[in-house]
Amino acid sequence: MFRRSVLTGLLLLCASLSAQAEWAVNMRPGVTEVSQNVFDLHMIIFWICVVIGVVVFGVMFFSMLVHRRSTGQQPAHFHESTTVEILWTLVPLIILVLMAIPATKTLIDIYDASEADLDIQITGYQWKWQYKYLGEDVEFFSNLSTPAAQIANKDEKGEHYLLEVDEPLVIPAGKKVRFLITSADVIHAWWVPDLAVKKDAIPGFINESWTKVDKPGIYRGQCAELCGKDHGFMPVVVEVKSQEDYAAWLDEKKQAAIALRELTSKEWSMEELMARGEKAYQGNCAACHQPTGEGMPPLFPALKGSPIATGAIEGHLDIVFNGKPGTSMAAYGKQLSEVDIAAIITYERNAWGNAVGDMLTPQDVVKFKQAQE
Amino acid sequence: MSAVIDHTAHAGHDHHHGPAKGLMRWVLTTNHKDIGSMYLWFSFIMFLVGGSMAMVIRAELFQPGMQIVEPEFFNQMTTMHGLIMVFGAVMPAFVGLANWMIPLMIGAPDMALPRMNNFSFWLLPAAFGILLSTLFTEAGGPNFGWTFYAPLSTTYAPESVTFFIFGVHLMGVSSIMGAINVVATILNLRAPGMTLMKMPLFVWTWLITAFLLIAVMPVLAGCVTMMLMDIHFGTSFFSAAGGGDPVLFQHVFWFFGHPEVYIMILPAFGAVSAIIPAFARKPLFGYTSMVYATASIAFLSFIVWAHHMFTVGIPLTGELFFMYATMLIAVPTGVKVFNWVSTMWRGSMTFEAPMLFAVAFVILFTIGGFSGLMLAIAPADFQYHDTYFVVAHFHYVLVPGAIFGIFASAYFWLPKWTGHMYDEVLAKTHFWMSFIGMNLAFFPMHFVGLAGMPRRIPDYNLQFADFNMISSIGAFTFGASQLLFLFIVIKCIRGGKPAPAKPWDGAEGLEWSVPSPAPYHTFSTPPEVK
Repeated sequence: MFRRSVLTGLLLLCASLSAQAEWAVNMRPGVTEVSQNVFDLHMIIFWICVVIGVVVFGVMFFSMLVHRRSTGQQPAHFHESTTVEILWTLVPLIILVLMAIPATKTLIDIYDASEADLDIQITGYQWKWQYKYLGEDVEFFSNLSTPAAQIANKDEKGEHYLLEVDEPLVIPAGKKVRFLITSADVIHAWWVPDLAVKKDAIPGFINESWTKVDKPGIYRGQCAELCGKDHGFMPVVVEVKSQEDYAAWLDEKKQAAIALRELTSKEWSMEELMARGEKAYQGNCAACHQPTGEGMPPLFPALKGSPIATGAIEGHLDIVFNGKPGTSMAAYGKQLSEVDIAAIITYERNAWGNAVGDMLTPQDVVKFKQAQE
Repeated sequence: MSAVIDHTAHAGHDHHHGPAKGLMRWVLTTNHKDIGSMYLWFSFIMFLVGGSMAMVIRAELFQPGMQIVEPEFFNQMTTMHGLIMVFGAVMPAFVGLANWMIPLMIGAPDMALPRMNNFSFWLLPAAFGILLSTLFTEAGGPNFGWTFYAPLSTTYAPESVTFFIFGVHLMGVSSIMGAINVVATILNLRAPGMTLMKMPLFVWTWLITAFLLIAVMPVLAGCVTMMLMDIHFGTSFFSAAGGGDPVLFQHVFWFFGHPEVYIMILPAFGAVSAIIPAFARKPLFGYTSMVYATASIAFLSFIVWAHHMFTVGIPLTGELFFMYATMLIAVPTGVKVFNWVSTMWRGSMTFEAPMLFAVAFVILFTIGGFSGLMLAIAPADFQYHDTYFVVAHFHYVLVPGAIFGIFASAYFWLPKWTGHMYDEVLAKTHFWMSFIGMNLAFFPMHFVGLAGMPRRIPDYNLQFADFNMISSIGAFTFGASQLLFLFIVIKCIRGGKPAPAKPWDGAEGLEWSVPSPAPYHTFSTPPEVK
């Protein structure tokens, strides 16, 4: 009976190596040279284990079937043999040394992040990623875009459920891209299986990693290190574009940055700020303070009727801009544009029955920022 | 010498040989058998508590989407499940077995330090009372994983983290005292003629485990103390903002954590090394090499900790060193497996419940060893790390490893403890349900892990749905079958076929030379070992 269940397990394993989609059972070879090498290492060590397993378990099952008292077997008395002891110490050792050689080669290759064509700084936040293209005027946040209704089982779940973002990381095909990975709060890990890149994002450290993808496409992954409540809800999506498309995309992002600066100096009305504020609030604040503003006390306080959101506007701006040390409340001055900070604060002061009636303009935030420096 | 002490005790008050009556017997006892039983019951209760949390986890993961609990509570469940199973279920169970069996195996009248023995047990209910109480605090219990990486467990932790730290300190004190007691007992109280190399392997593996405990529990205490200082006294050991180093936390934690893994498995190695020869009716193959292999594993366990940290960005040379050292562990572990198989070879085997659990231990622990070897390959680990592949790996070494080892031991020695034979049919049912449930629960985790499902997430993409449902069904089966175990044990205590002094014809060792159930005081006069 033992034999049957273990054999079934092994068969299942072997048979399913080529299986697809829903019943995926194996690592993906990925789309880079490194990921292919890693996949090969994985398969070599897997087959080594299978062979050793077949031999050891084979001997064991034979013994269990034949060397039983019920078949009238008399026990032998041998209990040591230095020769076989030495043999089964040395043989595994040799296998391990042989295995270590390709593993070392691949590892040295993975660690060589030199001569990159492009540097991107990746910063983990609870619970989103920020991508900053070094040397270009382009940076943005990448948030989960799966609707809450799907997570709550109210809507049907899509194909990329929990693996989709509002704005993916875009990189050019055929270029060596270096990632400089860090974190603004707790430890996260940036992982894209198809690139075989997984590196911890650690506050105070900058970790290096790199990739070179030849085939344009969209590759998905997730945060791999437990980082708090929404650890399961901060996917990584990488879109690889041909070099022309990438250049066009980069240009567009630069234009958008200029447009945002113009927005900062524009005269905003209360309605415009409230509309923008609601959207920005849902994207940045609602994970903790909840869409209803009621929070999840005591970890995440309510904003509805809170002394800060209904008190002096300077205090409200200060806590949003600088965060609250020692808690999960981050310093959003570093994360959001002046426009969004102004809009969010205006929204929080005038939504869910908070009726302070005042508003904050992007120019006020600019002044606050200058005073801070 | 112990005979002399017994003699004077008799002169003082000669009215009793058995235990005191009532509740105070258990509160004040210094008897190794009473304390052993208390440890075993405590660990079983914790096993059910930690298991219930696993059921909550598997229920939430039964289908994609959030159904039963909030992500915040889900994280508390994964954290508490890990902490309770490691520190509350597996470790105390082995201490309980050590208490019961080591004096009986080496012909000692009791543990060397009986009052400390009582204290080290009674610290545990206090420690876990404190730990479990945090679940009822307003902000909830620990939610940062059983590995509690800073700064998630310091700056970003719920307030209950301070209670968690105090609980860990108490468990650590308890473990260190228990370990000192084991070392003192084994080195001082062996019967005349029992040299170190004549000791049963369970005694050997526990001696080595005890040294591991004494070496690493203070490191864990230091680790949580640094957390306490960071949280309450303004230090910055683990805070980058204050010039500290979050990676330091992981180095310190895993310097404790890796030997801890072997603390949970070495005593099981010892127990299985007693059980397989008993039911193969053939002496253990390669006793000496088993002792050396155990010692080698213990030594290697101190120089492999950073394989848990392959993705934190340690330098290439460090990465290579820890990869090679980790691969080396396969050698002594392989020796042990080969020895067990050779012990079975040309034996005259029967398959009572202890043997079934022991054989399943060898097979499934080896499968866990294989995935361990795969995880040792650093470049491949970049894909495995923090996925369900890792969850599958350590559950394969802990459930059919440590826990099957404990079940095998329990069935093997229950006749000695209770004086009755357990119900063999029910015990075999328990085995097959556990075996099937456990494989159904944990084998598919290899697949979802390789396919890209990270661990510690409360919700997942649809591609992982089918295997997760199978895992949950397996987990529920495994969980339910442990209630059957409870029933079997109670039934065995209350009655059953009377057990002879040596119920297993192939068993060896001094514990079978005393009657079943073992009298309250045994070996008041040391036996002679030839």
